[in-house]
Amino acid sequence: MKKYIIQSIRLTLVLIVLLCIIYPISIALAGKLSKGNGGGEKITKNGKTVGYELLGQSFTKPEYFWGRPSAVGYNAAGSAGSNKGPSNPDHLKDVQSRIDTLLKYNPGLEKSQIPADMVTASGSGLDPNISEEGAAIQIARVAKARKISEQKVKEMVAMNTLKPLFGLFGPSSVNVLKLNLALDNL
Amino acid sequence: MNTELTGIIATFLLTLIIAIPLGKYLAKVFAGEKVWTDFLKPLENGIYKLSGINVKEQMDWKQQLKALLTINVLWLVYGFFVLIFQDKLPFNPDGNPGMTPDLAFNTIISFVANCNLQHYSGESGVSYLTQQYVLMFLQFVSAATGIAAAVVLFKAFRDKTATQLGNFWEFFVKAITRLLLPLSIIMALILTFNGTPASYEGKDQFISVQGDTVNVSRGPAAQMIAIKHLGTNGGGYFGVNSAHPFENPNYFTNMVELIAQVIIPIAMVIAFGYFIRRKKLAWTIFGVMTIGLFLLLIPMISSELGGNPALAKMGISQTTGAMEGKEVRFGPAASAYWATVTTIISTGSVNSMHDSTMPMSGTWQLLGMMINAFYGGCGVGLLNYFIYLIIAVFISGLMVGRTPEFLGHKVEAREIKIAAIITLLSPFMILAGTAIASYVFTNYGDAAWAVQPKAWLNNPGFHGFSEMLYEVTSSNANNGSGFEGLGDNNVFWNVLTGVIIFLGRFLPIIGPVAIAGLLGAKKFIPESAGTLKPDTKTFALMTFAVILVLNALSYFPALALGPLAEYFTLIR
Repeated sequence: MKKYIIQSIRLTLVLIVLLCIIYPISIALAGKLSKGNGGGEKITKNGKTVGYELLGQSFTKPEYFWGRPSAVGYNAAGSAGSNKGPSNPDHLKDVQSRIDTLLKYNPGLEKSQIPADMVTASGSGLDPNISEEGAAIQIARVAKARKISEQKVKEMVAMNTLKPLFGLFGPSSVNVLKLNLALDNL
Repeated sequence: MNTELTGIIATFLLTLIIAIPLGKYLAKVFAGEKVWTDFLKPLENGIYKLSGINVKEQMDWKQQLKALLTINVLWLVYGFFVLIFQDKLPFNPDGNPGMTPDLAFNTIISFVANCNLQHYSGESGVSYLTQQYVLMFLQFVSAATGIAAAVVLFKAFRDKTATQLGNFWEFFVKAITRLLLPLSIIMALILTFNGTPASYEGKDQFISVQGDTVNVSRGPAAQMIAIKHLGTNGGGYFGVNSAHPFENPNYFTNMVELIAQVIIPIAMVIAFGYFIRRKKLAWTIFGVMTIGLFLLLIPMISSELGGNPALAKMGISQTTGAMEGKEVRFGPAASAYWATVTTIISTGSVNSMHDSTMPMSGTWQLLGMMINAFYGGCGVGLLNYFIYLIIAVFISGLMVGRTPEFLGHKVEAREIKIAAIITLLSPFMILAGTAIASYVFTNYGDAAWAVQPKAWLNNPGFHGFSEMLYEVTSSNANNGSGFEGLGDNNVFWNVLTGVIIFLGRFLPIIGPVAIAGLLGAKKFIPESAGTLKPDTKTFALMTFAVILVLNALSYFPALALGPLAEYFTLIR
């Protein structure tokens, strides 16, 4: 028994050196070669960081495309979903009020056009994407607020749509932050 | 065809393409045969030498378990103190506080047991030191513990009669050097180059396009996310686990993480067959497990793609499926696939919030964890399945009126008693645990704990009951996922789930290893016309029936009170 205890202690120490020092530090060093230097890829505008490519942020003004509802207000230091169940009355009330908001700010929009992702909170509260349908229903509003043609906005959406992997696997999605910055740069 | 479905099919096929050769490779590694990774031998010899281990020393099954339990107890003590004092230790750039003793108790058991149930949030509850020197460290070694225990079982059936079952330390170290570490390096690099942070920089701050000030939690996440999947641990770096865009940046990384968590459990099944020179047995087991996977997966995909009936009533479009708690870049189909594999295998990482999935999906998730042997966790999945096998052998033996045998060894009263205890343990802990929690919730709503019992549940009605049932089931299965709406960071849940995780981990390791050790030591009976062959379709069906009947009898009432009741109210 005593032998096992001593062996356990020594083995644990050796493995800590291998697994907690050598392994993670080598990966961190290799990460320096990646696009964001291993610290997350930033997006800058006029030399200032305005966000991370992977992290969604809150957009509420009419001239911007809106992202998905977030249970934590896009808090990138405290990610969370709503954890509300499908039959929860509070959840259904939230969804109803989001539908009403969308209908109010997007005149001409039919309820039956609203995709579920625009009225439900994302898993992380930081979802950077919306569905193509979610972007489509906002085109008229954004075009009007920016006083540009709907055709132009549609093109911008198409340019910022990520197609399925190799065109075969998974859903397509629109990165809201990149799309909005592209519109600002017009 | 729908690209979401092709994505899942491709993921599953790629999993098999990697897992099957990996299984053959593992059989060779643990048998000590020549493999291409033998260049790592000097590293292993160095580790043995520094640790004072002589791998030539043979152990019987009791010594194996002693070594296993000794080192696990050591990790419990070590981790507990680091968690409590993390605020006073270095590498804490965000200034996170030390853990309360009950939270540290829960967390350390959870990580030693390969469960990774988390009652803290990664961004605010732990320091960089704890993430790496305790949590990530345990993700490696707990997975290796499970694999090594399974290899002890392999050893018992390789030769006709065996009492000396190899050296535990050797299996344990090789599981790290030949399997977990090399694969983790590859995977961590893939993640890093897809945008997952890997550096030690602390929190960042920026002003968003609309002028909000945003704080961003970062840190060495890629390293941990790799092993959390490969080792079927599941404890994420950030609070929302692999739903977080940093942990799982895009559909490709989602595929990688899905594949990573399944390959070792499948490989262990293949390795078992090749190791004991009964390949057909491995394929039979693999077949039963895979059928189990699909029986849970297909209805789950269909309920998630169908969307929430309550939202359909409001008149919105349901073409994107149920999206509450899900991420657009994965979509409902890949989220349902993930929810299935993460519950049948004991990973417990999530890429969508299970609390918000449809009621029938919740049923399949719970059932996957209750069965806990369709592939199952690293090494331990096979150990769980072995118990079902022994029960099936016993019942078949009774049906034909012969002394039951398994692989040429008589299965007698002692082995059956152990198997029966292990089988009864799960329903006992799950049902009693949920019952205690429900009792406290109903009668002691005002107890002065960090979260008062009356405030535990994030959802009213049947779904609230499901939240408690899920928490206890996940603990017992060493899964670690949760219906995260549950207010679980208080002394009641920390202690209850801590105890359940501990028993749910170590008894189901000790039991099968003991049975295998006892069986392996018995006289070998050559096959005759009356021998029950465990690698036939008939016996596979028998095992499947045993799994189904045992679990249906144990859990149907509980499932009926929770997710099933919610389902029927929702579609009314």
